[in-house]
Amino acid sequence: MSKTLYDKLWDAHAVIQRNDGTHLLYIDRHLIHEVTSPQAFEGLRLAKRQPWRISANIATPDHNVPTTNREEGLDGIVDEVAKLQVTTLDDNCKEYGITQFDILDKRQGIVHVVGPEQGVTLPGMTIVCGDSHTSTHGALATLAMGIGTSEVEHVLATQCLVVSKLKNMKVSIDGQLSNGVSAKDVTLAVIEKIGTAGGTGYAIEYCGEVIRNMSIEGRMTVCNMAIEAGARAGLVAFDKKTLEYVQNRPYSPKGRDLQHAISQWHELRSDEDAIFEEIIHIDGTSLKPKVSWGTSPEMVIDIDGIIPEASSESLSHALKYMDLKPGMKLSDIKLDQIFIGSCTNSRIEDLRIAAQVVKGKKVSDTIKRAIVVPGSGLVSAAAVKEGLDQVFVEAGFEWRAPGCSMCLAMNPDQLGEGEHCASTSNRNFEGRQGYGGRTHLVSPATAAAAAISGHFVDVRGLIK
Amino acid sequence: MKNNYNFHIGRITPLPRDNVDTDQIIPKQFLKSIKKSGFGPNLFDAWRYEDEGYPGQDLSERLINKDFILNQEKFLGADVLLSKDNFGCGSSREHAVWSLMDFGFKVVIAQSFADIFYNNCFKNGLLPIKLSEEIITKLFDIAEQRKEIEIDLLNQVIVCEGSEFCRFEIDPFRKECILEGLDEIGLSLKFSEDIKNFEIQRSHDAPWVFNKNNEG
Repeated sequence: MSKTLYDKLWDAHAVIQRNDGTHLLYIDRHLIHEVTSPQAFEGLRLAKRQPWRISANIATPDHNVPTTNREEGLDGIVDEVAKLQVTTLDDNCKEYGITQFDILDKRQGIVHVVGPEQGVTLPGMTIVCGDSHTSTHGALATLAMGIGTSEVEHVLATQCLVVSKLKNMKVSIDGQLSNGVSAKDVTLAVIEKIGTAGGTGYAIEYCGEVIRNMSIEGRMTVCNMAIEAGARAGLVAFDKKTLEYVQNRPYSPKGRDLQHAISQWHELRSDEDAIFEEIIHIDGTSLKPKVSWGTSPEMVIDIDGIIPEASSESLSHALKYMDLKPGMKLSDIKLDQIFIGSCTNSRIEDLRIAAQVVKGKKVSDTIKRAIVVPGSGLVSAAAVKEGLDQVFVEAGFEWRAPGCSMCLAMNPDQLGEGEHCASTSNRNFEGRQGYGGRTHLVSPATAAAAAISGHFVDVRGLIK
Repeated sequence: MKNNYNFHIGRITPLPRDNVDTDQIIPKQFLKSIKKSGFGPNLFDAWRYEDEGYPGQDLSERLINKDFILNQEKFLGADVLLSKDNFGCGSSREHAVWSLMDFGFKVVIAQSFADIFYNNCFKNGLLPIKLSEEIITKLFDIAEQRKEIEIDLLNQVIVCEGSEFCRFEIDPFRKECILEGLDEIGLSLKFSEDIKNFEIQRSHDAPWVFNKNNEG
């Protein structure tokens, strides 16, 4: 019987089906960060259980870490409550012998940037993490899902997850993207089309010419926001680009192991006649840069669009929170801050695109603060080697140390009340980037151009 | 934190919004705790108070948003939360479930739930019930009238004023988990032999998965 990519990954990891119909799904890799793991380790200790397979786990602190004064390590964390959470991760990793890239390690970074970068994430794997944006890793033809803390404990103790099989959705993006339109605009377009609950109960496989032509980093951006469409997993088929990306990474297989792996990885694609319960088509050629105007990632319009009417309670609530009026143009919104970073858009390619827009220009006087937060220590080092940090600093951006930073503002990087921010992150929920803050989700190119202009502008034409 | 109940009588707190996300249920500044308890006072913090909340603050000094549903006297003590579409979307934070339970909610009724939140509910004994838009609309009326409802999990029925109001669907195993307060990890570990055998086969089929420390 023909199978989808999701079906294949599922079949390769289903241990048993229980009487109630749910399955135990074997988990190859478990990524751990400081926020959703302490209660899971505590649960293990209380039940006197041990982790099933220590080497399946890898940890790094990312949500709470400050992006300044990082040479001070733990002492650089001013907030004592945050510091306790980071030291608790240190203690738990030491106690159980789990590999951790700690706050002073050059490989530290956002867990979803670090996994693929280190070759910890490999095609054909099942990967979980106590973070909804684990869907990111699906770009490498893995089945990757976000889980809650009880499930973190369950995976630690059993190396399995109790799950029911998801349905299959295919999202095909065809045609050619215009210059200046990127992966972020694609993923926002999908959410705009199917809504934030459109993918609930599904694994979404992204395909079509646009995805085939897209870099692995771009595919990660697309899969990262599958969860914003409600889908626990996003997927892209294995191809030559995937192989080029994963080989020669610290933890990826070498030599005969690699040849063995490649022979299997080539199967990681949906069969021609595989059945999807839902198929969505998007015309990539007509896509324009996207900007979110409201408080849900589905509240998205084209760069030349206008703020919609308050046709429902949710929309009118969002308009009020964002302090916007129907009929306004995006360029009428006065921006206060710019954030380039997050597990959605903090990889080297994202920084290169933003730097290309910024180079030789200055951040507008009307922008209070513009920051760039690389996704990992290694992304930061690569950017410095290329001189990108200087491009940003000369333009008036602040160049920061890696972490989740203002994506969810658990660290000191936050919006002030009422401030509007052009942000390359993934969620525009109320208060997400700071109490009373107003987030506009955009691509790195659009964020960079907004920093220079002081307001949103169409980047098509600005990008080669 | 398990409930061990099959029957719950309570009143409804109506929250008539779509897409109530877990960032609203418990804002990020409270996720720094390494415990599972103590989140109740900060449930819906940004909607419930008019000032900015932070961990460890003196709650008696805070400005209450009197309009918000949890602060309205007529709904005090109501322990069934009623909302609309896509409840619990966004972040996977289980703190959202812990804070709803710590506040005193026993049941959440909505038109639909986000997947991860829905799973997290069952792991802690918070009962999520999915109902149709039509029935949800009627429940909002019942909430306004402050009528009590009886939620009979064993028979999967909601009773109001002595007669059956509606039935609801729930996965049998998840139902059992809530009814019996089962230890899910303990149950899975009964399959230890199956997991070990699977692992042996997988390490043969895909050895590189198990050679994580092949750096260099």
